Amino acid sequence: MKATALTRAYRRRAPGEPRAIGYVYILPALIVYAAFLLYPFGQSVWLSSQHWDGLTVATPAGFDNYRALFSDASLRAPFLHALLLLVFYAALPVAIGLLLAALMSRARIRGMTFFRTVLFLPQVLALIVVGVAWRSILAPDGLLNDALRAVGLGGLARPWLGDYTWALPAVGVVGTWVGTGLCMVLFLAGVQRIPRELYEAARMDGAGPLREFLTVTLPGLRPQIAVALTLTIVAGLRNFDLIYITTSGGPGNATSVPAYEVYHRAFETNQVGSAAAVGVALTVLIFVLTVTVSRLVEGRRA
Amino acid sequence: MELARTRARRPRGRAVPAALAVGVVLLAAGCVPGTDGSGAAGAGTGPATAIPDPAKAGKTTLTVWDQEIRGGTNGEIQQLNREFEKTYPNVRIKRVARSFTDLKTTLKLAVSGNNPPDVIQANQGYPDMVAFVRAGLLTPLDNYAGIYDWNTRYPGTLLNLNRVSADGNDFGRGRLYGISQTGEYIGLYYNKDLLRRAGLQPPRTWGEFTDGLARLKDRGELPVQFGNLDKYPAIHTFGVLHDQLGAADARDTVLGRGDGFDNAATKGAAATLADWMKRGYLPGGANGLGYDDAARKFASGDGAYLLTGTWQLADLKKSMGGKLGIMPPPPAKAGGDPVTTGGQGLAWSITSRSRHPEVAAAYLDFLTDAHAADVMTRHGVLPAVPAKAASKVSPDSADGQMIAGWKRLSAADGLVPYLDYSTPSFYDTLSAALQGVISRKTSPDTFAATLQKDYGAYQKKQREQHEATPAPAGTR
Repeated sequence: MKATALTRAYRRRAPGEPRAIGYVYILPALIVYAAFLLYPFGQSVWLSSQHWDGLTVATPAGFDNYRALFSDASLRAPFLHALLLLVFYAALPVAIGLLLAALMSRARIRGMTFFRTVLFLPQVLALIVVGVAWRSILAPDGLLNDALRAVGLGGLARPWLGDYTWALPAVGVVGTWVGTGLCMVLFLAGVQRIPRELYEAARMDGAGPLREFLTVTLPGLRPQIAVALTLTIVAGLRNFDLIYITTSGGPGNATSVPAYEVYHRAFETNQVGSAAAVGVALTVLIFVLTVTVSRLVEGRRA
Repeated sequence: MELARTRARRPRGRAVPAALAVGVVLLAAGCVPGTDGSGAAGAGTGPATAIPDPAKAGKTTLTVWDQEIRGGTNGEIQQLNREFEKTYPNVRIKRVARSFTDLKTTLKLAVSGNNPPDVIQANQGYPDMVAFVRAGLLTPLDNYAGIYDWNTRYPGTLLNLNRVSADGNDFGRGRLYGISQTGEYIGLYYNKDLLRRAGLQPPRTWGEFTDGLARLKDRGELPVQFGNLDKYPAIHTFGVLHDQLGAADARDTVLGRGDGFDNAATKGAAATLADWMKRGYLPGGANGLGYDDAARKFASGDGAYLLTGTWQLADLKKSMGGKLGIMPPPPAKAGGDPVTTGGQGLAWSITSRSRHPEVAAAYLDFLTDAHAADVMTRHGVLPAVPAKAASKVSPDSADGQMIAGWKRLSAADGLVPYLDYSTPSFYDTLSAALQGVISRKTSPDTFAATLQKDYGAYQKKQREQHEATPAPAGTR
């Protein structure tokens, strides 16, 4: 019978499941994606298995370039720096963004749009501009040190970007400044989507602001937190411009990060294979971290 | 060194295109990275035996990639290009001028590609020029050097900086792969007003100079302006201190035939640098202050001295006018021979697959002859070999002092190459270690050991390479 044939056809494939024809629709995008992303990435993977100076014939390196990532301290350090910077580039912006969103969503603040714009502004600026501006703020007689001296804390003044202990946190603070606005705007949008009834119910049960935040706002923001963390982690790990402009990895190698190391090795020291290995390792690291974040924070979708 | 020199003035905003270029490089590299060196001109010292006549070359386009995009050098090149085209109407010069960083990141692909430029500016040292030679991408110019008398036009010290051994292993000896237009050295700039107010004369000896530092400090002036956030400026400062303690050894070491860096001169120079920091002769936050910022501060009257390259002269003069003076670092004894870090501009080289090597050679000669030197002088650029126009510059002006200093250094063989030429990774090692010395985190002993580790490892690698590939007879 006709009807059974139809049901059988449906049973074969769950409703909404893609059909082969779907691939044709995405083919143009796929070709572009393959040509400009997958193919170069494959090239990088292949280059990372070679010793190549960029000019003469490459020689096979096997896993040498990857082994060096673990055995060579000058390659290990950038990854450690990057992970430490994630505190500033991802954890702090999300935490501060949550705090700001919680405050702003509770209190009706006059000129809210203005504050939102100001806090979001760093996202819009080119990182080059951000770097140049902060370089002068953090200079030995820059704005920050002047301010410290003006309030009698001159003892704390130091050449922030040239100080072995403080250079990494100083660059980190710039990242926090950049990332916070994005997180806040994401969370504010998320808060507005949480049903008002939940807040009313919580209040009727006698929840204070903190309780309300923990039981209603935070769980309601899970998808936004996952997005914010993913974006900030990726931005933090591929951070190149800020380092290049503010410290060039210095003092010593105290602020070198993988993304800077890729550029440095490929263009300045003719170690293309090693640069490719750093790049591939960085890609893997970003992949692992973002998958972990979406699993942990967003939770598995049923 | 060139890298450091031009880093000084590179537009920092070019970072992102450079980063994007990483992807492009990987993409464009195709399946087989590298060339097999088949483009190398074999035993080639060039086919020419008589002075080539570009007029007979027929209709020719010469593609030239250079990095002379700054005011004075750009004007000088433009004028010389125009004149060359006028002399040889059949030759058209297609000039591609890029900033140093942009040139450095794109040149490798260009010269190894299918349509390489005829003339390029190659940075001396291992990362660029030596790497190009090893890949067989540059034409040896010894023959042209003979025909055009470059060997006598230039002092040997300068020519040697453009030499690479035929097997592409050693820098500083072997065949000639380029010729430079401009000269440069690390000079002692001083603020005449500040010195006068402190009752000081421009120092005649190194001792007078260092005594003056204490005097300036006591008067509450900053003795030496210095910013090392960009990592490389300390290479220049340290180089000058190092030269005071052993210039000849330092030069041998850079050119790969010295004892290296684990010695009294290295430790002494590092100790002096740390001591200057401790005594406040240099700004306390030097590691956090940018190179350009430091130069600006000096120009605005903060700091009596500034130790940096002659490439800064034009900018400093613009804001300081007659207050600015420059001299080579003073010698140990009054009237003695000065020594300092210095060298020459990027080498102009001919690619091995250029279809018009003879026209290119004529162009190189034209860019570097006495007439060109006069054009450079008139544009405020220091020619490697000053000519007539240079002697007409007022000796009391900063330009005149710069030229006089260059002549004195050249005559006394007082130039020591930039220390970061020593090995392919030495720029990194040295600049990072010097930041440690300046923050007094790294002791002079540790510093010397760090440099020696890098230097020794590379020397060992070189020796192994020599044993593995004995150079053809008569090439080294």
